[in-house]
Amino acid sequence: MAENDRLIEVKDLRVSFFTPAGEVKAVDGISYSLGYNEVMGVVGESGSGKSVEAYSIIGLLQSPGRVVGGSITFEGEDLLAYTPEQMRQFRGNKVSMIFQNPMTCLNPVYTIGNQLTEALTCHDKGISKQDARARAIRMLELVGINNAEKRMDQYPHEFSGGMRQRAMIAMALICRPKLLIADEPTTALDVTIQAQILELMKRLQHEEKTSIIFITHNLGVVAEICDRVSVMYAGKIVEQGAVNDIFYSPAHPYTKGLLASMPRLDEDSHERLIPIEGTPIDLLNPPKGCNFAPRCKECRKICLHQKPPFADFGNGHVSACWLHFMDRARANDTAKGASANA
Amino acid sequence: MPENQKLIEIENLRKYFPVNRGSLFARRQYVQAVESVSFSIYRGETLGIVGESGCGKSTLGRAIIRLHEPTSGKIVYDGQTIYDSQAKIAVPMLPYRRKMQIIFQDPSASLDPRMTVGEIVGEALDIHKLCSGKAERRDRINALLDEVGLNTEHANRFPHEFSGGQQQRVGIARALAVNPEFIVCDEPISALDVSIQSQVVNMLEDLQQQIGLTYLFIAHDISVVRHISNRIGVMYLGNLVELAESYELCNRPIHPYTQTLLSAVPLPDPEKNKTRQRILLEGDIPSPINPPTGCRFHTRCPYAMERCKQDVPQLKEYGAGHFAACHRLEERW
Repeated sequence: MAENDRLIEVKDLRVSFFTPAGEVKAVDGISYSLGYNEVMGVVGESGSGKSVEAYSIIGLLQSPGRVVGGSITFEGEDLLAYTPEQMRQFRGNKVSMIFQNPMTCLNPVYTIGNQLTEALTCHDKGISKQDARARAIRMLELVGINNAEKRMDQYPHEFSGGMRQRAMIAMALICRPKLLIADEPTTALDVTIQAQILELMKRLQHEEKTSIIFITHNLGVVAEICDRVSVMYAGKIVEQGAVNDIFYSPAHPYTKGLLASMPRLDEDSHERLIPIEGTPIDLLNPPKGCNFAPRCKECRKICLHQKPPFADFGNGHVSACWLHFMDRARANDTAKGASANA
Repeated sequence: MPENQKLIEIENLRKYFPVNRGSLFARRQYVQAVESVSFSIYRGETLGIVGESGCGKSTLGRAIIRLHEPTSGKIVYDGQTIYDSQAKIAVPMLPYRRKMQIIFQDPSASLDPRMTVGEIVGEALDIHKLCSGKAERRDRINALLDEVGLNTEHANRFPHEFSGGQQQRVGIARALAVNPEFIVCDEPISALDVSIQSQVVNMLEDLQQQIGLTYLFIAHDISVVRHISNRIGVMYLGNLVELAESYELCNRPIHPYTQTLLSAVPLPDPEKNKTRQRILLEGDIPSPINPPTGCRFHTRCPYAMERCKQDVPQLKEYGAGHFAACHRLEERW
C-alpha cells in the first residue's frame, strides 16, 4: 500500500492497564494499516485486546488504561498528540463507533431524533434545526427504518433490538465519517436480524465509501463482510492477511485451531470437534516466549523462550510463529494441506 | 425409533406468563411463551431446540422439568404422567429431580458465590441422601470433578476463582451429581469463548456416551445444535414449526422460517458466502403478548396466503420423521 492510500496507521501500539495487582499489557505492540474503503476484521477471544485497541484509536480508553507506546496516525495526523478538545471534534466527525449493546448506548430519556440531530449540530454549528432534522430523517430511511418521520419522536425503548442497532448505525454515519469502528455490532442480535444488519453495513460501506474496523469473535461474520482480517491473541496480532488467505490457508496454529474447533453448518459428516486445549493466559503474568505456546500443539523449545517474529507469506499475509522459520518449506506444506482439507 | 424408548412425551404444552396490567380494570394479558408444543424425546438421543430470542425455547425447557409450572398440557416421563392439566395430575417433583437436571446459560450467575465448589456439587447429594458418610460424599464429589476435567483441589475454591469455561464445568458436575437420565442444556456454551466452546461440546458428547444421557439441547447457534443433536426442533414465537433429523433439517428444510434461519447463518467461508442465496426477512419478531392470528409466522413469511392469516397450521409429517407446520406444504405436498 502506498503511503497516501492509508487512512489510518497503527505502529507498535501498546496499551496497559495499571491495576492494583500489576500492569496488564492488554495490547502489546500491534501494527497495522487500513486503506480507504476497506473493511478489516479483528478476531479474538474476550481479553485478547481487540476492543481496547479500538478504544485507543477513538480516545475512549478508561482509566486505569493508558497508551504506553507506539503511534496512531490518521491521514498523516498523530492522534495520540491530540488535545481532548481536538479529540472531541475528531470523534463522531471523522471516526465513529457502534457498540455491542445499543440499549446501553442510546440515552433513554431523549428521543431518537434528538440524539441524531445532536451529533450533527455538535460538529456543524452552522446547520439549522430544520436541515438537521431533514438529514436525520434521511439517515433513518437510509438504514431501513420505516416511518422515519414518526420514529424520530420516539424513545429508544419503543424500538426493537434490531431497530436500535440501525438507529446507532444512523447516528454513527450521520456526519459521514471516514472510519467506522464496529465493536461486536451483531453479537447481541438474532441471526435473522444479524443478516439484515450485515447486509445494511455492506450496502452503506459501498455507498458511503467508509472504511470499517469490524471487531468480532464470530468467524462467520468476518468471512461475510471483511476484506482483511487480523487475528488477535493475548494482546498481540498473531496473523493478518486477506480474508481468503486467512480462511483457506491459515498459517498460525491459533488461527488453524479456531477454524478446526468450530462446528460448521456446511459440512456433511459428524466429526468430533478439535478443541484448542487449555485456557487463555493470565495477562498479569504473560509467558516469556510466545503467548500461545502453553496451548499450542506444535510448541517447540524456542517458543517458550522467545517471542516469535512475523513471517511474510506475500500479499500482506503475515503470521507470528517460530514454525515458519524453523522449517519454512514444511510449514508451507502444512498450510497448503490444511487449505486442501478445508 | 420404537415406541417403548420414549423417555419424555409432551402434549400440547402451554406456558403463559401474566403481564402487569396497567390498571385494575384492564383485561388481564398474557405472554404466550410456549403455545401447544408436542413432541417426544427418545432415550439416549439429543434433541436440539433452536430459535431466536423470545421464541420460548428456554421456557419450554424449563416447563418440561417443571421449573416453570406449565399453564396446560401433559408431560409423561418414562411412562409416568408427571403433569396433566386435564386429569389434574401434578406429582411431587423431588423424586424426578434425581432423573432430570438442567445446565444453565450463565455459569457465573447460576453458581452461589458464597458456596465452595464442593458444597455446590455436594448439595444435591445431601438433598437426595445419596451418600451415607462423609468419606463417601467426598469421594463422590472428587469423582464428579474429575469427570468434568477439574482437579480435586478445586472443591475448596469459590466460583469466582474460576474462568467461565471452568464454571460451566462446575455447573455440569452439579447436574451430574444425582446420576440423572435426562439433562436440559439451556444455552450451555453461548457465554463461553470460541476456543472453550468446543471443549465443553466434546465433554457433553463424551458424558452422553459414557453414562447414556438424554439431552434437550437449547441454543440459538444452529451450527452447534446441528453438531450435537440427533434431531432438531425449530421454534418461532412459542410454536414448534419444524422437527426433523438434524442432517435432514439442515439440508432439506421445508418450513419457510427454517429456510430463512439457515440462510441467515454466515459461514466461515468467504467464497461460499458470496454465492449463497440469502432469504432476508422484513421486520422483527412480533410480540408474544399479541401474537398474529393463524400462523404466527405469516406477518414475515414470503409465501403467506390468505389462509395463513386465519387457520393455525398443525404439525404434520412430510417424509419419514420430518414434521412441519405450514399450510403451503399441505397444499403442495
